[in-house]
Amino acid sequence: MKKLLVFSFLWCCAYALAEGPSTIAITNAKIVTVSGQVYSKGTVVLKDGLIAAVGDNVVVPPDAWVVAGEGMTVYPGLIDAMSTVGIPGAAAAAGGGRGGRGGGGQAQTAAPAAQAVPAERAWGPEDRPQTTSWLLAADELQAGDKRVETVRSSGITTAVTYPTRGIFAGQGSVIDLVTGEKPADMVLVPSVGQYISMSGGRGFGGGFPSSLMGIISYVRQLYLDANHYKLVKDAYSQNPRGMQRPQYDRALEGLMASPRFLLPANQTVEIDRMLRFGAELKAISPVPQGMILYGAREAYAPEAVELLKKANVPVLLSLRWPAPPARSADGDESNETLRTLIERDKAPSAPAALAKVGVRFALYSDGTDAPRDFQRAVKKAIDAGLSREDALRALTVWPAEIYGISDRVGSIEKGKIANLVVTKGEIFDDRTQIVMVFVDGRKYTPEPPAMGGRGGPATEEPGAGGNQ
Amino acid sequence: MKKLAIGILAALAPLGAETFVIQNATVMTEGSKGIFKGSVVVKDGKIADIGEKVMVPAGATIIEAGGLYLIPGIIDCHSHIAGSGGINEGSVSVSSMVNIKDIINPDDIAIYRALAGGVTTANILHGSANSIGGQTLPLKMRWGKSAEEMIFAGATPGIKFALGENPKRSGNPQGGRGAIGAIQIQARYPATRMGVEDVIREAFNQAKAYKAEWDAYDAAVAKGEHPIRPRTDLKLQALKEVLENKRYVHVHCYRADEILMMIRAADDNGFKVRTFQHVLEGYKVAKEIKEHGAGASTFSDWWAYKIEAIDAIPFNAALMAKKGIVVSLNSDDAELMRHLNTEAGKAMKYGGMNETEALAMVTINPAIQLGIDKTVGSIEVGKDADLVLYDGYPMSDFAKVTKVWIDGTQYFDRDKEVAAQAAKDAEKQQLLEKERSAQRPPSNRRPNQ
Repeated sequence: MKKLLVFSFLWCCAYALAEGPSTIAITNAKIVTVSGQVYSKGTVVLKDGLIAAVGDNVVVPPDAWVVAGEGMTVYPGLIDAMSTVGIPGAAAAAGGGRGGRGGGGQAQTAAPAAQAVPAERAWGPEDRPQTTSWLLAADELQAGDKRVETVRSSGITTAVTYPTRGIFAGQGSVIDLVTGEKPADMVLVPSVGQYISMSGGRGFGGGFPSSLMGIISYVRQLYLDANHYKLVKDAYSQNPRGMQRPQYDRALEGLMASPRFLLPANQTVEIDRMLRFGAELKAISPVPQGMILYGAREAYAPEAVELLKKANVPVLLSLRWPAPPARSADGDESNETLRTLIERDKAPSAPAALAKVGVRFALYSDGTDAPRDFQRAVKKAIDAGLSREDALRALTVWPAEIYGISDRVGSIEKGKIANLVVTKGEIFDDRTQIVMVFVDGRKYTPEPPAMGGRGGPATEEPGAGGNQ
Repeated sequence: MKKLAIGILAALAPLGAETFVIQNATVMTEGSKGIFKGSVVVKDGKIADIGEKVMVPAGATIIEAGGLYLIPGIIDCHSHIAGSGGINEGSVSVSSMVNIKDIINPDDIAIYRALAGGVTTANILHGSANSIGGQTLPLKMRWGKSAEEMIFAGATPGIKFALGENPKRSGNPQGGRGAIGAIQIQARYPATRMGVEDVIREAFNQAKAYKAEWDAYDAAVAKGEHPIRPRTDLKLQALKEVLENKRYVHVHCYRADEILMMIRAADDNGFKVRTFQHVLEGYKVAKEIKEHGAGASTFSDWWAYKIEAIDAIPFNAALMAKKGIVVSLNSDDAELMRHLNTEAGKAMKYGGMNETEALAMVTINPAIQLGIDKTVGSIEVGKDADLVLYDGYPMSDFAKVTKVWIDGTQYFDRDKEVAAQAAKDAEKQQLLEKERSAQRPPSNRRPNQ
């Protein structure tokens, strides 16, 4: 009880300090910059939300509030390369087992537009089924999302958060996990890419599309339509006289406003399929678009690694490792295939496999973003061969590079945004304690660890949770 | 242990195409050479020579068949294996925008099982939920290869049509029963056989208008003009290809009346039905099917599983063949697909076909129907080396496939498969044990705050 009081007190202090000092110096700490050297006894100065200086010979400004960093390590704030944090209705990372991206089971609550997918039965691509491509995560943010604090307590300062409902779910935004009055304070980049799901089908009788091939065909048709739309619009804007005006189509506008598209792929077969499909979409797209694959559970397989290496497409790797099903009392597992067992055994070695051959990848929480789950999930990848350095890169500078934001986040460098994690011990270790988190130069104290077990097994498809 | 692992890999990976001679085999060629005892020479993935006495190329591997039977790889004209995420886009009555090619799943174990049943090529069809279904294509059963590598290169793609009870939703014509999540199932036109015909005719009316639009555009471009390109509509594009004879139409059907309807609708719109599938009442309208020039792909003796299949007879295949129709026997099913050889055998029992005619129904005849008979379907010089070695008379229930080659590459070897089983079981046990020991509760849990 006393402990609780102390914690509440500290938490209140943290809150009060959130709008606190404009200049902060962390002195005599080990500083892991990621982009450059490690300072064994260095100082980092934060000013007005930016990193003002870092090094082992830095003068502490007279107006700075000082954190005595002896025995502590400072890392760049972690980046969750794919999340739904900040959009309360869009996901439920804590949703008993189903979790996953865009979890929340079958709940059809009214609230945010992010999940208000049109419910009418679609009779073809013209009805734009399961499409909210115009939705911008930045516009859906709710400052009161309690998950912000939980996620931040894992050391995650920056998240690329997405609407995830439907086939063309909408555009993701890069946000800083500050707790503030206005959601707009959180936004770094409003649109970084279109979240495309291959599990948005409604099944037999539920309207078009109801199968994977239906979804693929629909995605292709929407790209073809965007291509034609742009053609007609350009012609019309050049000379509207005597030409019927092209009909405004927000689904196509949303698609064309997306600088990238993200395709789901877990199995090698899916990776192969989506790499080919993505190349096709890039060729059809009327605007230049980057491509990202997400999921990549089987990226430990040499064939998958080879495909990804050849394609030179960045990968977001889910940290939600496949877990065994609950065992029956007599322990009969004979109905599980060898393949499934191999997948469970090898999945955490995928990051190491990709790092080894230089495939550009980032790790994303996939719902395992509560502190204990997150730390365990990353540790699993390290135990399976990923170097500590690469694990850190896959959660800092690599996602920053993938999203084209490495000029402002992802490492501790002068002029970058003051996002930092301060730990006692090496980050991702079992016993490591996250002491402080700085986001936009504001100091936060992590909330006490939750009672674990929020992870749950991997969903069959990335993004499958809640869409089935 | 390492040696064991390598051994498993070697057993699973198909050996590369090599030069080899299968000698001392009873070869049922389904080609001009009929049945003979002798050798087949394979080089560069093709059949290089056949005969009682052949020249053995330098360095060729000799495979001693010991008098056993060699037949051309079996071809299944109607299969639904090797797809991901469903083979029916059942939401709409015209789903020609979807394509099986997009969802090929080379990991489907049914491919390997089909291979173990001697199947080397299968026509992977969309389901029969729609009057006009999705786009289809034949695959070679190259187990272990990628989706792209399984595609039968150069084969004309197809499209599935369906008539009768399935597209008219005989189980639920009004819709409205049940719901999926918050979505009420709504009735889907058509609900009658008349409606099925209307859907097909209306779709082709649209397709013809679409084709005219594109033809006008192409003509204008050819004249050096710069018109605005028309919209590409994937649904109508597939039907345009049908009108241009670039895509085969495979029609799921049962009753004689609907078969005649389909022939009239095709004639009126200027396209041909390539095959009638199932076509259980084909024997009643064999003359008309023959005149239209369509093939017929049917079941051997599978009938009465629904009302529209009630008038089926096992003599159907033989009767249609005697009217001059190219007839094949298909599986429509991953299990039946594993023993199409005995399905062919039934054509000997029902209707008195000879063994060559019967075996043709699962080899050269489906090849003709799919327009791939120039390269597969029989053991003839120059064709793909798609070969199946049986340990007994191929149309007997007791015959087992021992080896299968596709393009001269061995993809199935019964002995190796059986030998590899123990190692696989051991690996599985090892992984389970590893998991169990990892699952034991950790002792260093921190107390909850």
